Amino acid sequence: MRSDAPAVSSVPTGLDARVVAQQGDFHLDVELRVQGGTVAAVLGPNGAGKTTVLRVLAGLQGLTDGFIHLGDTTVEDPATGVRLSAQQRRVGLVPQDSLLFPHLRVTEQVAFGPRHHGRSRAQARSEAQRWLQQLELTELADRLPHQLSGGQARRVAIARALATKPGLLLLDEPLAALDAGAMLQMRAFLRRHLAEFAGPTVLVTHDTFDAMVLADDLVVLDRGRVVQTGSPADVASHPRSGHVAALVGLNLVRGTADGHVVRSVEGVEVRTAQASGGEVFCAFDPTSVSLHLDPPRSSSRNTWRGAVTGITPYGDAVRVEVAGDLAVLADVTPAAVADLGLEPGSQVWSSVKATEVRVYPA
Amino acid sequence: MPQTDQPIRSATGRLPWQLLVPAGAGLALLVLPVVGLLVRAPWSTLPDRIGDPGVRQALQLSLLTATSATICCVVLGAPLAWLLARTTMPGRRAVRTVITVPLVLPPVVGGVALLTAFGREGVVGQLAYDAFGFRLPFTTLGVVVAQTFVALPFLVLAVEGALRSADPRFDDIAATLGASRWQVFRRVTLPLAAPGLASGAVLAWARALGEFGATITFAGSFPGTTRTMPLAVYNALNSDFDAAILLSLVLLVVSIAVLALLRDRWLIGAAA
Repeated sequence: MRSDAPAVSSVPTGLDARVVAQQGDFHLDVELRVQGGTVAAVLGPNGAGKTTVLRVLAGLQGLTDGFIHLGDTTVEDPATGVRLSAQQRRVGLVPQDSLLFPHLRVTEQVAFGPRHHGRSRAQARSEAQRWLQQLELTELADRLPHQLSGGQARRVAIARALATKPGLLLLDEPLAALDAGAMLQMRAFLRRHLAEFAGPTVLVTHDTFDAMVLADDLVVLDRGRVVQTGSPADVASHPRSGHVAALVGLNLVRGTADGHVVRSVEGVEVRTAQASGGEVFCAFDPTSVSLHLDPPRSSSRNTWRGAVTGITPYGDAVRVEVAGDLAVLADVTPAAVADLGLEPGSQVWSSVKATEVRVYPA
Repeated sequence: MPQTDQPIRSATGRLPWQLLVPAGAGLALLVLPVVGLLVRAPWSTLPDRIGDPGVRQALQLSLLTATSATICCVVLGAPLAWLLARTTMPGRRAVRTVITVPLVLPPVVGGVALLTAFGREGVVGQLAYDAFGFRLPFTTLGVVVAQTFVALPFLVLAVEGALRSADPRFDDIAATLGASRWQVFRRVTLPLAAPGLASGAVLAWARALGEFGATITFAGSFPGTTRTMPLAVYNALNSDFDAAILLSLVLLVVSIAVLALLRDRWLIGAAA
């Protein structure tokens, strides 16, 4: 009964897929290339087809065209009629609402996968216990789902998916609908444990910050289509449309905080209104950055010197990329670009109010 | 939202007699017959009569057949409910209609129908008789079949409702974790529908225990083989009214006791 599952090997391999699906009059056509050990974030507004991409990759919904390859294995290819069922393809899916089986305790929950991959009851249990230990969830082992918080349930759902040793891990909005504290914990949890996973990970989110912090590559989706792909920094600095610019506009600085000052890895200081400590991310929107030819004088502002390296018009605004002590993206009006005479190579001062800088523990 | 307590006050006040009178009459209709049973019961001779082998035999037979019929209902009904709730099998609406027919069919008609199918000269029964000499009517197994026939719809509808209200995405997740469709059914779908299954089984058991019309038509009334409690009550009615009351009391006590027991063990446990 169990040997009929031609399991996709758990050897780390990449995902190469073109997901074409039709749902009513909604047409989805998304290409995804994700290497083993890396995380791709599919970013887009609600209704962009993100969850459908995951359902198709997991085998819960059929491809109408395209293909799914995992390493050397063809998982699905309508052209040749190949289609591994959800049961056979070993793709770990973590849904947004976790969907822990209400009648199973956490250990049984995590043992569910191993149990259906040929392990005895005892083996499956001990494997589950090892996963819980590795993901620091041991204290939850005997709880039922209704005794878990939202964040705990989601971590257990991740453990449950990882316990099948999947060839591909899919996370649907892993940080949505959590309270602030749980979100911080969850973000740290994902950063730590996604790095340990050898296969490709596809995570779906509508939150730019999460995508930029967690992902190696961004896939920006709009109405069922990929509008831009690339590294988070690349997509943010060269948005190809107003839609992408609005969605992926974020300046992100990693550093060490001490009170109201964050010192970046490169040694640049960022003043923040919010006091913090330890390893943090600072984030501020390009729209809150202003550009000046002379150093502005204000104690409540951060100012950095730099040179314009890119000018990308989009919609009614222009995204200016400034390289210097700190790489900064600024959204300014076309009039401002003309007034300041900005062109690649121009020396400018970028400034942002301390109150505009948000701080997140890393 | 209400700024004063006026809307609340208008909802109270005197209870309208137009509702009170029929409600009271309805309650009386339900309670008085039970009171009648208790008042007219032959309490003085009760200890002697309760040990009567005929009573014991009928009670044993009733418990055996009703429980067997309930097991049949679960084994046959749960998969049927799953087909109706979780697949897009063609003709599902027609199947659901067929399933509900025994609900509205007078049980006596059900018994006649069973005879035409499984009787010695029935559509299927004749084949079985010619081939193996096997005869279903007028046997204890025939009683179980008649009871299953009338009780099955209760179980199917209860389980189907439970399956419909359970999120099918749990099944999806179980599949991604490597479970086959059968394993998904056994380890996820069925446990999620357990409260519905339990209440369906209780309903089916109660229906089977009280079954009269289809049983007497299809299986007759032979002491020890097919004369279940309701049939024994009817039989006693013609000769010994006190005995009929006694049998009725026993049936009443047994069914209330079992329902109360199951309610504590299953229904409340499942809701917790």
